[in-house]
Parts: sequence; structure tokens; C-alpha cells
Amino acid sequence: MNLGLSILSLARFQFAMTTVFHFFFVPLSIGLALVVAIMETVYVVKKDILYKHMAQFWGRIFLLSFAVGVVTGLIQEFQFGMNWSDYSRFMGDIFGAPLAIEALVAFFMESTFIGLWMFGWDRFNAKLHCAFIWLTSIGTMISAMWILAANSFMQNPVGFMINAKTGRAQMTSFAAVIKNPQLWYELPHVLFGAFVTGSFVVAGMAAFGLLKKKNVTFYRKSIKVSLIIGLIASIGVVGMGDLQTRYIIKEQPMKFAATEGLYKDSGSPASWAIIEGMDTKNHKSNWSIEVPYVLDILSYHKLQGNVKGQNRINKELHAKYDKKFGKDMNYYVPTKTLFWSFRVMAVSGGLFALIAIVGLYFNRAKSTMIERQRWFLWIMGICTFLPFAANTAGWFITELGRYPWVVYGLLTIADAVSPNVSVASLLFSNIVYFCLFSGLGAVMIVLSRRALHHGPDDLLQAGDDAPYDPYGKEAFSHE
Amino acid sequence: MSNLQFLWFVLVGVLFSGFFFLEGFDFGVGMTIKSLAQNREERDVVIHTIGPHWDANEVWLVTAGGAMFASFPMWYASLFSGFYLILLLILVALIMRGVSFEFRSRMESESGRNFWEWAAAIGSFCAAFLFGMMFTAMVKGMPINAHGDMTAHFTDYVNLFSIVGGVAVSLLCYLHGLNFIRLKTTGTLRERALKWAKPLYWVLFAGEVVFAILLFFNTDFFAKKPISTTILVVALVLLTVLATWGVYGNHEWLSFISSGLSLIDVVVLLFNGLFPRVMVANNAANSILIKDASNSPYTLHLMTVISLTVLPIMLVYFIWSYWVFYKRLAS
Repeated sequence: MNLGLSILSLARFQFAMTTVFHFFFVPLSIGLALVVAIMETVYVVKKDILYKHMAQFWGRIFLLSFAVGVVTGLIQEFQFGMNWSDYSRFMGDIFGAPLAIEALVAFFMESTFIGLWMFGWDRFNAKLHCAFIWLTSIGTMISAMWILAANSFMQNPVGFMINAKTGRAQMTSFAAVIKNPQLWYELPHVLFGAFVTGSFVVAGMAAFGLLKKKNVTFYRKSIKVSLIIGLIASIGVVGMGDLQTRYIIKEQPMKFAATEGLYKDSGSPASWAIIEGMDTKNHKSNWSIEVPYVLDILSYHKLQGNVKGQNRINKELHAKYDKKFGKDMNYYVPTKTLFWSFRVMAVSGGLFALIAIVGLYFNRAKSTMIERQRWFLWIMGICTFLPFAANTAGWFITELGRYPWVVYGLLTIADAVSPNVSVASLLFSNIVYFCLFSGLGAVMIVLSRRALHHGPDDLLQAGDDAPYDPYGKEAFSHE
Repeated sequence: MSNLQFLWFVLVGVLFSGFFFLEGFDFGVGMTIKSLAQNREERDVVIHTIGPHWDANEVWLVTAGGAMFASFPMWYASLFSGFYLILLLILVALIMRGVSFEFRSRMESESGRNFWEWAAAIGSFCAAFLFGMMFTAMVKGMPINAHGDMTAHFTDYVNLFSIVGGVAVSLLCYLHGLNFIRLKTTGTLRERALKWAKPLYWVLFAGEVVFAILLFFNTDFFAKKPISTTILVVALVLLTVLATWGVYGNHEWLSFISSGLSLIDVVVLLFNGLFPRVMVANNAANSILIKDASNSPYTLHLMTVISLTVLPIMLVYFIWSYWVFYKRLAS
């Protein structure tokens, strides 16, 4: 292994690690902000104090998630310059703008209003206080929009030219960058995925709470609110995923063929492999269990049509890019990872919708079914963790499916890495991040479990009195 | 150099000024958790003085970084990859102190609280110190090649000058934090902060003199821009005089504004000395210039329109959030 390869592989591993860890907390925060905002809204409308306590209790998990999300987000912004300096030079004209706008528009909004929300329970009337959590929630969604605008350009570059003198990409139309169809398939899919995450974490934790047979009303109402959101979101995430799939067949056929483990053309009608054993070295499929017609339904919403396989796409890509990138490029993407990631994601999506429907049925008013069906509570509890796997799988497909490019068709990953950061530095930073994330992850889990273990007792017992607020009236000196 | 390029050089400076003015007292308050505050109650109070604000203050850094990327990607790429290890440690410090406030409040044991208090204190100190160190090393001149890649050795960024720079910035932040606590608390904390600030200001004077001397020998600031550099150094000392006066005369606002302005003065001193460069190479031919480092006029124009539209709105609610929580906290 030569030195150049080690720098590249270490930098790639580190990017994957920091981004995956950060993206545990991003969808959780976006989703929880919405769930909490809806709970507080119900409180404002119905004036039922229980919903205020719900907002406060689940707000505790939200604040934890937000804190870790914010600080690990710092890494995201710094690492383009730190580890991918040549990417930054090449892409700065286009990539920097959405990043700066995200900070200016979204980060200030969410961080300011979360401060007001957190410390303002006593200081503001209920409606204004509720507006703060909505502004925070909207801030998190705007943030997603801008960062995905940047990501979408990497997937599908539009509204740019290559400056002949500098060799850098240069923005020619900001409108085109924003109107990038990739963004408008990706954004709703990611947002619905985030809402699924937030709602199923609340539902799952509430299910664990319900297993203890304490605070039954509190947890049952929490399950109701979260599963209604979860049902809508899981239908949304599957639907948007479907639209996105059909878009990707056209724009990034290699990515799609890999998610289906397709090496040879499918022929018409195309059958869909549920599971498959593949030989990634020789680019062929060894065996598979297939369902007829399903691939055509997935790809074209029809019962006929050929789907291109990776071997043909590879030849097409060579014909298209050899002049610019040379004959030695490998255009095959990590097929196994994509194939199985897609299945994790798709199965999870279906499962979320199913659980939401069954859960809402069991949890209907005047029935105590949900309290008695303890097996179902266990399933819901375990499903607390499933959205994280699904989100990560989705990003594996999106990012690894772009291989070997960091910017599709324009810049390879190998050309993007910082040439001046040594293997030793990278090894050190990988170890530091690994230890740091393990620690933070462990603390997060312990604290979430502890919050659940204590339950909402302190809030429910305090009744109308909000928990101690350092900025409450009694805490101030009269000067 | 176009007007837009100049404007964005100034804007990046403004954003870093905002960051140091605001996060400066955050860092200072963070450090006081294990020094000025001496029991659990006092620690609760000092943390609560910045509780609603520290997160939004840190966004100034994120925005400064984003603005640098959006306006001068060559600067961003060169600076961030060049100071890789320092920035890694800064990130670790910012992460530890960032989660510490939330995590500490959830701890049930004395040792758990103690751990996160130290994380906040050490993280705040290290972040301030390392930022000071990095920017000092940056203006000294670093080994940069023609591609803009910096490959510095340990002694390039850890030396007497950069250590003094780091100490000066962290001391300034500490005093800024004490001045903030004087404004935001009452009772013993407020009195103790005043008592502690008095001797520390004399240390700061000494530090500033040493820093000015080292600046003279280690950078080309005085040689290239004798007048403006001298004015800014004198202004720094004068602001410290004002802050000291505010301490001895017990004018709390005067001290706070002066210590904040002295942090801004340091940023201005740095940007003034950098101009018309963004990175100083020890081989002058490889210094990166504003005119070569920027994005296209199209992007700069776009960013100008968007920033100037959004910034006023953002400032309104940002300032409003301070106004809402402007009260003294009692221990």
C-alpha cells in the first residue's frame, strides 16, 4: 500500500465516521423538534397541562440530542478544509455559499430560539413560548435544505461552468443550484426520515415506559401523538424514496443497478432480487431469490422494461469519461453495501408504517389493548434504534453510490483530499474522534435511559409549577 | 483586488470580531467554573449567565468559517488543512465544553458533575488558547508551497511568540468573562469577580507589552504598516487602561465594553497586518493574496446580497434574546 492510498483511505474512513455519528443526532433533533412543537401546540390549543409536561419531558431528550448534534456539526464544517482542501479549492465557489447561508439563516435561528425556549418557560406566555419551539423546528428544516442543496450539487452538478484558467468549478446560476431536481427529491425524503426518527424514538421510549405500568396516560398520549406523526412520515419517506429511485435510474444508473445487485441487464420483464449472493471481483451474480415484475414496478411503475446492469453502465462510463479521467478508473461502486443498505432501508420503511398502524389501533381510546399486548410494546421499544440504521443505510447508498467521484463526473475522491495532512496526523485524528464519539455515544445512551428511568414524575407532581427556571421571576435580584 | 473582495475580507474580519467579542466571555465564564465559582450553587449561577446564549454565540464561528469558505476558499483550504492538529484540538475542546453544560445538569453524582465542570473549564481555556496560538502562528509566516499547501513542523506553530499569543488571548477572554459576570450576577460572585480582575489586569498589561515586542520581531506588521499597527497596539493598551479604570472605579459596563473591544482590536490588528494577504508564507512569493484567493465575482455578489438582507433580521432577534434575559442572577 503506498502512502497516497493510506491518506485517502484514512481521510475517507474519518469522513464516514464523523458524518455518520453526526447524522445520528441531526434527524433525531429535526424529528424531536417537530414532535415537541406539536405537543406544545396541543397544550396551547387544548390547555391540557399533560401536553405541556409531554413537551417538557420529550424536550429533555431533544436538548441532549441537539447539544451533541451542534458540537459534532462543527467538525462537519471544519473538515472540508482540514481533510479535503483540494475539494474546497475546486468547489468553494459553489459549495461555500449554501454552507454560509445555512449558518446565517438557519443556525442563528435555531440556536437563538432554542435558548429562549429552554430558559423561557416562566418568562413568556404560552403562545409565544410555543412559537419559539416552532421557530427552532423550522430552523432545523431550513438547515437541512441548505446542506442538501450543497450535497445535491455533488450528486448532480448544475448551474456551473469549469473556469478554463483556474480549472475550478464556478457558479453560473444560483437559481439552477437551488432548483436542482436532486435536491427536491432528496430533501423531502430526508425530512420525512427525520420525522420518522423523532416520532419512533418517542414512541419506542414511551413503549418502554408503558411496560413499567406507571404514568399510563402520559405514555399513551405520547404514543398517540408520535405514531400519528410517524404514520404520515413513514408513508412520506417511502413515497419520496420511490420517486427518488426513479430519478436515480436516469441520473446515476450505476448507483441504482448496484442497489439491485444487477450486473447483467435485467431484460424485460425485470424481476427483483430479494436476496442475492454476488461475486464483486468478477462482477457477476452467483445466486438470488427473485420476484418477477417487481423491479419494473420499482423502476418504472410498469410491468415491463429492461433495467441496465452494472457491466453495461461501466462500459458506458468508460466511453464517456476515459478521455478526461483515463482508462484505469474503476466505475463499479461498492455493490454489496449498496444492495444490503437498500434492503435495510426499504424493510425499515415498511415496518414503520405497519407498526404505526397497529400501534394506533391498539392504542385507540377506550381500549387498554396496548397495555396488554406487551410483545408489541417490546417491538416498538426495540424499533427506537431502527430509524438510525435506516438513515445510515440511506446515506451509504447516496454517498458510496457516487463512487469514484466526490462531485459526480467532475472531481474524483482521490483528487479531493488534502495533500499536506500526513498519515500520522490522520491516524491520530481518527483515533481521537473514535474515542470521543464512543464516549459521547455512551453518555447519550446512559442519559436517555436515565431520563426514561425517572420518567415524567417530577413534572407531573409539580403540576402547574414549571420546573426550576434560573431565569424565573423569583430567581432575580431586585435591583 | 476588487471592491467585493475587499468587502468580504472585511466581513470575515467582522464575523471573527463578533465571535471573539461574544464567545470571548463564554470562554471566560467557562474557565471561571473551576476557578471563580467555588461551590455548586455558584457554578450553577455562572453557567446560567451564558446558558441561553453560548450556542448562538458559537454560531458566529460557524458563520465566520462558512463565510471564509464562501468567499475565500483558497484561504479556508490552506488555513484549515495547514493547522490540522491545532484545529483538531480546538474541535475537541469546543465539543467537550459544548456538551458539558447540558450533560452537567443531568449528573446525579458529585463526581459526574465535577467531570463536566472540568470539561467546561479546560475546554474553554484550550479553545481560547489554541485560537490565540493559531492566529499568532498564522501571521508569523508559515512554510507554504506554491499550491497553497502548508506543511508546518511542531516548532513552526509552537514557539514563544505563539504561546504568548495564546496566553494573551485566553487571559483577555478570562477577564472579559469576569467582566460579564460582574454585569450578570449579584452578591459574592460579583464582588469576587471584581477582586480577581484587579491584579489580573496588571498581568495583562505585562502580557501586552511582551506581545507587542514579539510582534515587532516575529512579523512584518511594523515594517510594512508602521502607522496603523502602532495605532492598533496603542489602542489595545488604551482599552486595557479603560477596562482597568472600570475595575478600580467599579464601572461595570465600561470594563465589559473595553475588554470586548480589546478582543476586537486584536482581530483588527491581525487582519490589518494580513492585508492584502490572507496567508503569510515564510517565502514571501508563496503568500496567498486576497485577489487570488477569492471566489468568482458572481458568487461574491450573490453572497453580499444574501448576507446584507439576512444579517439585519438575524441581529434583531439575536439582540432581542440578550435583552430578554438581561437580568442579574443571584446565587
